[in-house]
Amino acid sequence: MSTEPVGEKAQKALFDSVDDVVTRLADVGYLASTAVATTVFLADRLGKPLLVEGPAGVGKTELARAVADATGAGLVRLQCYEGIDEARALYEWNHAKQLLRITASQGESWDDTRDDVFSEEFLLPRPLLTAIRREEPTVLLVDETDKADVEVEGLLLEVLGDFQVTVPEWGTITANQRPFTLLTSNATRELSEALKRRCLFLHLDFPDPELERRIVLARVPQLPEALAEELVRIVGVLRGIQLRKAPSVSETIDWGRTLLALGLDTLDDETVRATLGVVLKHQADAQRAVAELRLN
Amino acid sequence: MSAPSVTGGLPAHLVDFVGALRRAGIAVGPGESVDAAAVIAELDLLRREQVREGLAAAMLRRSGQRAVFDALFDLWFPLGQGAALGEVALPYAEDGSVDVEALRDLLAGLLRDGDTAAMAELARAIVDGLGAVGRGQGQGGQGQGQGGGGGDRGDGGGGRPSTWSAYQALNAVRPETLLARVLADLRGGPDAAWDSPFAEEVSRREVRERIAAFRRMVTDETRRRGAEIRGREAAARTGVPKEGDRVDFLTANSEQLADLRRRVAPLARHLASRLAARRRRARRGPIDLRRTLRRSMSTGGVPMRPAFRRPRPGRPELVLFCDVSGSVAGFSHFTMMLVQALREQFSRIRIFCFVDGCVEVTDLFGPNADLGGVMAEITARPGLIAFDGHSDYGSALGRFREGWPDVVGPRTSLLLLGDARTNYRDPNLTVLTDLAEHARHVHWLNPEPQAQWGTGDSAARRYGEVVPMHECRTAAQLAGVVSGLLPV
Repeated sequence: MSTEPVGEKAQKALFDSVDDVVTRLADVGYLASTAVATTVFLADRLGKPLLVEGPAGVGKTELARAVADATGAGLVRLQCYEGIDEARALYEWNHAKQLLRITASQGESWDDTRDDVFSEEFLLPRPLLTAIRREEPTVLLVDETDKADVEVEGLLLEVLGDFQVTVPEWGTITANQRPFTLLTSNATRELSEALKRRCLFLHLDFPDPELERRIVLARVPQLPEALAEELVRIVGVLRGIQLRKAPSVSETIDWGRTLLALGLDTLDDETVRATLGVVLKHQADAQRAVAELRLN
Repeated sequence: MSAPSVTGGLPAHLVDFVGALRRAGIAVGPGESVDAAAVIAELDLLRREQVREGLAAAMLRRSGQRAVFDALFDLWFPLGQGAALGEVALPYAEDGSVDVEALRDLLAGLLRDGDTAAMAELARAIVDGLGAVGRGQGQGGQGQGQGGGGGDRGDGGGGRPSTWSAYQALNAVRPETLLARVLADLRGGPDAAWDSPFAEEVSRREVRERIAAFRRMVTDETRRRGAEIRGREAAARTGVPKEGDRVDFLTANSEQLADLRRRVAPLARHLASRLAARRRRARRGPIDLRRTLRRSMSTGGVPMRPAFRRPRPGRPELVLFCDVSGSVAGFSHFTMMLVQALREQFSRIRIFCFVDGCVEVTDLFGPNADLGGVMAEITARPGLIAFDGHSDYGSALGRFREGWPDVVGPRTSLLLLGDARTNYRDPNLTVLTDLAEHARHVHWLNPEPQAQWGTGDSAARRYGEVVPMHECRTAAQLAGVVSGLLPV
C-alpha cells in the first residue's frame, strides 16, 4: 500500500471571485447573501474550514450541498451525534473479516499474514478518511458538530488543521487535495477555542426580506409573486414577536408549499389562522402570535 | 510588553482595528490578525460589504460579537469622510432653513415603501443638516455628549460643529409620530378601512420596525461623524454597544433587557448540556455487589468485571427569593426566567417576590407561561407592597419566615436575589442566619458591582458575612454562578 505524502501542491481554487460564488450557487438554486458568498470564497482561497453557526432551518447543511453541486465536487458527510467516536468518524478495521483471513491462511508465514491483514481490503474508511483520500474535488460536511463529545473535537483538530490522518499500521496519510470543509453547529454547546481558531466563522441568520422572497420563489416557483411577498412580510413580523422558536426560511418555504397544495392564492385571516401551525411548531407560540396579531 | 511597531499603511490600520476590538472585549489573537490580513489580500477593497463580512469571518468566534464588530468596523473603515451625501437631499425652505414638514413627507414616503437604501441616505442628510451642535463657534466650542441636545440649530452654516447629536436630529424629525400617517397611506387613504385587525397589526409592526431601523441609522451616522471630530478611539469608547451578555443588568435599557430575555432559552440549554457532561464524568460510586455477582456468572463465578454504582443525581428543591423593586427588577426577571428554563434540574421550584411585603408567585411560572410579561402580573399581586413601596429586606425576610415557615428545609437550596439596599432599615440578620441554618445551601446573587457593596444604604457586606454573596452584574457572570450552583 503506497501512502507517500503528497507535497504542498498549488491547490486549484474552486471559485474566481465573490461574484462568481454568487452566480454559481444561484445556478444550483442556492441564493447566497454577501456574507455567505464572501466566506465561502475565502474558505476556498485560504484553505481553511468554514464553521457555520445559526438557528435551525436557515440553510446551513444546504450550503454544503450547494457548494458541492456548483463545483461538481463530491459531498462527504459526517453526521455528528452524542457518543460518536474515532471508529465512526475516521476508520475502522474489519475485525471479523481479518479473523476469517487468518483462519483461512493455514501454512502462510506470519509476516505475510500480518501485512495482508492490515491492507486496504480490511479497512473500513469512515467519512473523514474518505474525504482526505479522495482524488477528486471534495466537499466535507461535518454536520451538527456541537452534538459530538469534546473528545471528537480533538480528532477534528488534527484532521482539519493539517488535513492528515495517522493510521498506525500505515503511517500518516496526507490529503492529495484539501477538501472544502464545512462544519455546522446549532450552538447548543460552545465549541472549543482551539477548533474555532482553525476555522473561518460564519453566523448564518435569517435573510433580509428581499433575499427571503427570492429564496421562496426559487424553491416554490409556482407561487404567485405577490403571495410570496405577503408570506415574507408576515414571517418577518412573527420573528419580531418573542417566540420560543422563531420561524426559519425552511418554515417560510413550507408555508408557501402548503398554500400552494391547498390551492389558496390569498393570505387572509382565515388562511393564516388555519395554516399557522406550519410556521409555529409550539402550541404556546401559536397562541401568543394569535393574541398579539389580533387573529381571533 | 512592546509589540514590533508597524508603521503606516493597511497593516498598521488593521493592527489598530484589532486593538480596538480587544478593548471592546473581543479576544482577537495574533493568529486571527494574520487571517484577517490574508482576507484583505484576497478581497477587493472597494467592495466594503465583502471586506466587512470577510474580516468578521476571520476575527469573530461567537455570534453575539457581531454588533460590537459592526459598530467598530464603521468607525475604522468608514463609508466616507464628511457629509458623504447621496442622491436624497433635504428639502430647504425659501429662507434657507430645512423645511421640516416637507422632510417628514419625504420620510413618510420612504417608510411606506420600505426603501432601505434611500432611508440610509436620508439619515446621512438629516444628520448633516439637523444634527450639528455648536456650528459656527469654531473649534473652541466645548464638546457636548451625544444625545446632549440643546445648542443652536445648525442652520447658521459655516464653521465646524463641535459635535453631532442624534437626539437633536431625531427630535426635529420625530419619526415615531409618522406611524399613524404611514399606516393611513398603506391602507389607501385616511377613510379607508383595514381588511382585518390582523392586516392592520402586521402593517403596524412592520412600519414600527422600519422606524426603529431609521433611528438606528441616524445614531450610527452620528457616531461616524462624531468620530471625525473627536477621534475614533473616543467614539469607540462611548458609542459602541456592549456585547449582549456583558450588559450590566442595572443599567440596561428596555431594548437590551428584551435582548437578554431572548438569550434565556439558549443559555439554559447551554447550562443543561454542560451539566450533563459533568454528570457523565462524575466520579464512579462504590462497588455494586449485586450486579458484580450477576456479571461474574459468565466467568464461572470469578468477578472479572466489577460493576459500580452510579451516584444518584441530587435534585434539590430550589427556592428563589427575589427583590422586584425598581432597577433590580430586570435582573430578577432574567434570573427567574433562567431558573424556570432549568426546571428539569430541580425536583421543585418555588418563587417568592418581595418589595417590603412578600408574596409567592410560583403559579405564574407554569410550563407554558408567557414569561415576557410576567413582571406586570407580579407587581399587581396584593401583598407585595406592605407599607410604602421602598424595598425593605428585613421586613420582607421576616414576613417570608412567618408566612411560609416550612418552605425552607434541609433539602432546599435558597437563592436570594437583590442589591441588599435596605433604605437604612433593619436588615434583620437573625432571620437570615436562621434560614441559613435550616437550608442546605443559601446563596445571594447581587447585581451590583462588588466595589459598591456596603456603600450608602447597602447591607451587602453584613448579609455577606452570613451567606456567601456573588456578584452577578451581567448575564455571563450569572451563567457562571448558576452553573457552579447546579447540582451534579
